[in-house]
Amino acid sequence: MTYIAKPKVQWSGQRHNELGLTIRDYEGGLSTLCAGCGHDSVTAALVQAFWELAIRPEQVIKLSGIGCSSKTPAYFLSGSHGFNSVHGRMPSVATGALAANRDLIAVGISGDGDSLSIGFGQFAHAVRRNLNVLYLIENNGVYGLTKGQFSASADPGSKAKKGEENRQQSIDPIATAITLGGSFAARSFSGDKNQLVPLLKAGLTHPGCAVIDIISPCVTFNDHDGSTKSYAYTRAHMEAATFTDLVPPAKTIETDYAEGDATSITLHDGSRLKLKKLDPEYDPGNRAVALKFLEDHRVRGQIVTGLLYLDSDMPDFHAVSGTSKKPLTSMSHDELNPGADALAKLQESMR
Amino acid sequence: MTSVQKINDFVIKIATVNGTGSASANSLLMKALFRMGIPVTGKNLFPSNIQGLPTWYEIRANHDGYNARTGRVDMMVAMNAQTYLKDLAEVSPGGYLIYDSTWPRDKQLKRDDIHIIGIPLAKMANEHFGAARVRILMKNIAYVGALCALMDIDRDVVRTLLEETFAAKPKLIDSNLEAINLGHDHAREHFECPLPIRAEAMDGTRDKILIEGNAAAALGCLYAGATVGAWYPITPSTSLMDAFEAYCRKFRVDPDSGEKRYCIVQAEDELAAAGMVLGASWAGARAFTPTSGPGISLMSEFIGFAYYTEIPAVFFDIQRVGPSTGMPTRTQQCDIMSAAYASHGDTRHPLLLPADPAECFELAAEAFDLADQLQTPVFVLSDLDIGMNDWMVSKLEWEDTRQPERGKIFDAEDLANMENYYRFLDIDGDGVAARTLPGSHPRGAYFVRGSGHNQYGGYTEDGEEYQQVLDRLMVKWETARNKVPAPELTAAEQRADCGIIAFGSSHGAVTEALDRLNENGIHADYLRLRAFPFSDAVQEFLDRHDRVFVVEQNRDAQMRSLLLLETRARRDQLIPVLHYNGMPIPSDIVFESIRDHLRQEAVA
Ligand SMILES: Cc1ncc(C[n+]2csc(CCOP(=O)(O)OP(=O)(O)O)c2C)c(N)n1
Ligand code: SF4
Ligand SMILES: [Mg+2]
Repeated sequence: MTYIAKPKVQWSGQRHNELGLTIRDYEGGLSTLCAGCGHDSVTAALVQAFWELAIRPEQVIKLSGIGCSSKTPAYFLSGSHGFNSVHGRMPSVATGALAANRDLIAVGISGDGDSLSIGFGQFAHAVRRNLNVLYLIENNGVYGLTKGQFSASADPGSKAKKGEENRQQSIDPIATAITLGGSFAARSFSGDKNQLVPLLKAGLTHPGCAVIDIISPCVTFNDHDGSTKSYAYTRAHMEAATFTDLVPPAKTIETDYAEGDATSITLHDGSRLKLKKLDPEYDPGNRAVALKFLEDHRVRGQIVTGLLYLDSDMPDFHAVSGTSKKPLTSMSHDELNPGADALAKLQESMR
Repeated sequence: MTSVQKINDFVIKIATVNGTGSASANSLLMKALFRMGIPVTGKNLFPSNIQGLPTWYEIRANHDGYNARTGRVDMMVAMNAQTYLKDLAEVSPGGYLIYDSTWPRDKQLKRDDIHIIGIPLAKMANEHFGAARVRILMKNIAYVGALCALMDIDRDVVRTLLEETFAAKPKLIDSNLEAINLGHDHAREHFECPLPIRAEAMDGTRDKILIEGNAAAALGCLYAGATVGAWYPITPSTSLMDAFEAYCRKFRVDPDSGEKRYCIVQAEDELAAAGMVLGASWAGARAFTPTSGPGISLMSEFIGFAYYTEIPAVFFDIQRVGPSTGMPTRTQQCDIMSAAYASHGDTRHPLLLPADPAECFELAAEAFDLADQLQTPVFVLSDLDIGMNDWMVSKLEWEDTRQPERGKIFDAEDLANMENYYRFLDIDGDGVAARTLPGSHPRGAYFVRGSGHNQYGGYTEDGEEYQQVLDRLMVKWETARNKVPAPELTAAEQRADCGIIAFGSSHGAVTEALDRLNENGIHADYLRLRAFPFSDAVQEFLDRHDRVFVVEQNRDAQMRSLLLLETRARRDQLIPVLHYNGMPIPSDIVFESIRDHLRQEAVA
């Protein structure tokens, strides 16, 4: 056996969540990514978010496309089924899996190449279907796995490691998600765990397609001067528009937010999203405002982060389809098969 | 000019313009013959267009139940001025042609060896009906009326059919009946009725139904318990999903809550449709996609993925004429090779080959069992002829005791009692390892990856570990060989001169050709393939015949190639009989090709 399993060491004094599980129970295999890769930080944040939300690992499915980013489902939640699909097609696999079993909690992990080039169509359609998935784009501006070609999210004027300049326009996944009718659009930075973990939790709880664009620097091919997706550049240009926290249904809301600039949104499962606007003019419930805000900051070279758009009432894929609440995979044969008599009767009209 | 008396043995061909409502007139005509107890088939030869182009409908009535096309046309109803000349030329000597005599007859519309019957259909319809649209429709219904008189088709049967069809709109019954009578009375007054070519009630359709292959396949999916269907519209597969949805609405909607016990997704393209099927199957549903050749091309990456990651999936390929967009409304059997080995790398997939709608039902249900048991993509290769035409077949039957064969799945309880679970470990030696479903138990978790993996499910770049999995997939392939439906042998009554191999929609033509060959002193054993991989019975058949004609509807003799690749057949042993102009294969092509080949061989 050559696959790399991370030894799970349990020691007393470890914190347990409501299920009695420690954070170790949410980890996966050892990462084989480059040391310092932003994607590994996202993985760590996911482990934290799942642990904090006390989700049973077996309830979760982890899906991805192809790329360094898409390898990461192997590095967390080893108790969950994982599906490393083909390049750019994670959304369709997630759609099918959730069509079959709507009780599964799906996290889809993709890269900027995976979602904004080869898989742009599938990304768009998962968003417009409002599929109930946490859709992460680990965005480094390059194709990491194929060694550093520009991706469609590379900013015009940004430089590759060997110096050539990207002259094409960049695709902003968040602006795109908002214009596609997305119900949850957020941006964060792999280096900002304090912002990322609550956003991941909010996204997991959101009853629809929660797109989070995570700037996740590629230390090997895109962390140099002239890159606009490096650690240094992102830190220097990040502008948080909102701060989000998720309060599970059972907990009372702690008041560590200054009243006045925090909104509380109750989600369908009873949990509450605390959304604190860091910029007073920002309105995350308004598409036009969100798009203008993104554009105004883009022009100034700023990277806006936070939960930028939210509509928690938008009907999700199953609500629109009218699918039964009971997962289709739980249906008995009798619930699906009309029986011999019905077949005979049906055929009376075929004579 | 001689006209042979032909009772319950004729071909009626109706030439119209699409979008004029002739479809309902034609199906009324066909159903009337069927209700009179006469075996019939109908073939719709339609353009890839919504309105305004020529379209033909061919009805073959035959007391012996032959259902293939023949080179013959006994009665042509030429309603389309655009195609008069061509239609006229096609009538068999001694046959009949009806045209609309509202307008003066085209001077060129002349042939001395056939009977030409003019009926002022448009004029009558215009005099009796108001709105323009109604006039056009009724003009078509009127030719059915004329045929009732000319061919002795029972008008009471026609009336009953109209009453059933328009039960909710009684006014339409009256207007349709009026049109029927107009055509009927005119023919009666002006021509000697009935003609020597005519219908006569018989008892040949008891326990039969008329159904399209796509509707039957949809019923197969329904009865197999398929819950997720993903698709991207493409002729000629669209009506399969339309039918599935209609049946689901009828049988799978909760009457109280309105909740659906199915989920149909119209995907953004075929790549996505394939991904959805894989996702759903992996999660434990029975899922399928109907498509046609272009869709299979697009799905190929996922098909290979499913093969290597061992995910059950059912693909319906309703074949149409290729290459490329080809002729989307014409039929062929042209995706044999691309389906059998779809995708890059070493891949191979079971193919099921229904010969008619009844088998579409049977093999659709079977496809889900096989996919689950073998944990691999399974193709049902139908075609436009089977899928979109009305065929007369025996009533479909379902055993209520039949349960879906879900194959090897460890559930939460199994897993709880296990020490370790490894996804690809072949415990039983049949090449199939047990899978687990997401949501069941953390011990059952595994990671699906299209990249190199070992038998434990772990990532590998180790050549031996990789090869072990690939070799085990060949063990599974041998398991498949014994599980797929066996071929069907029709042995010659006497010592056979040769063998014939055919499959799918060529079956009807071969059956009829066999009888004609027999009449001509040529005796052939016939093996109808029902699946790939080829079972031992196929090899045995090949071993027993020096000469085997392989009948198929494509240019490149794809099934012959597959036989050469996958059996011990010799190149000179397999003689191709090919038909690929896009029309369903006629029986005379099969008969003549084989007869001529054998004659030539005898001379040489
Ligand atoms: C059909 C197909 N084409 C090309 C590739 C090669 N390929 C692998 S990963 C990749 C780009 C991945 O980029 P991204 O999604 O940004 O992931 P990253 O490695 O940057 O995290 C490409 C082009 C492939 N696997 N499949
Ligand atoms: S190449 Fe870049 S994206 Fe890939 S693992 Fe290394 S740092 Fe991460
Ligand atoms: Mg990338």
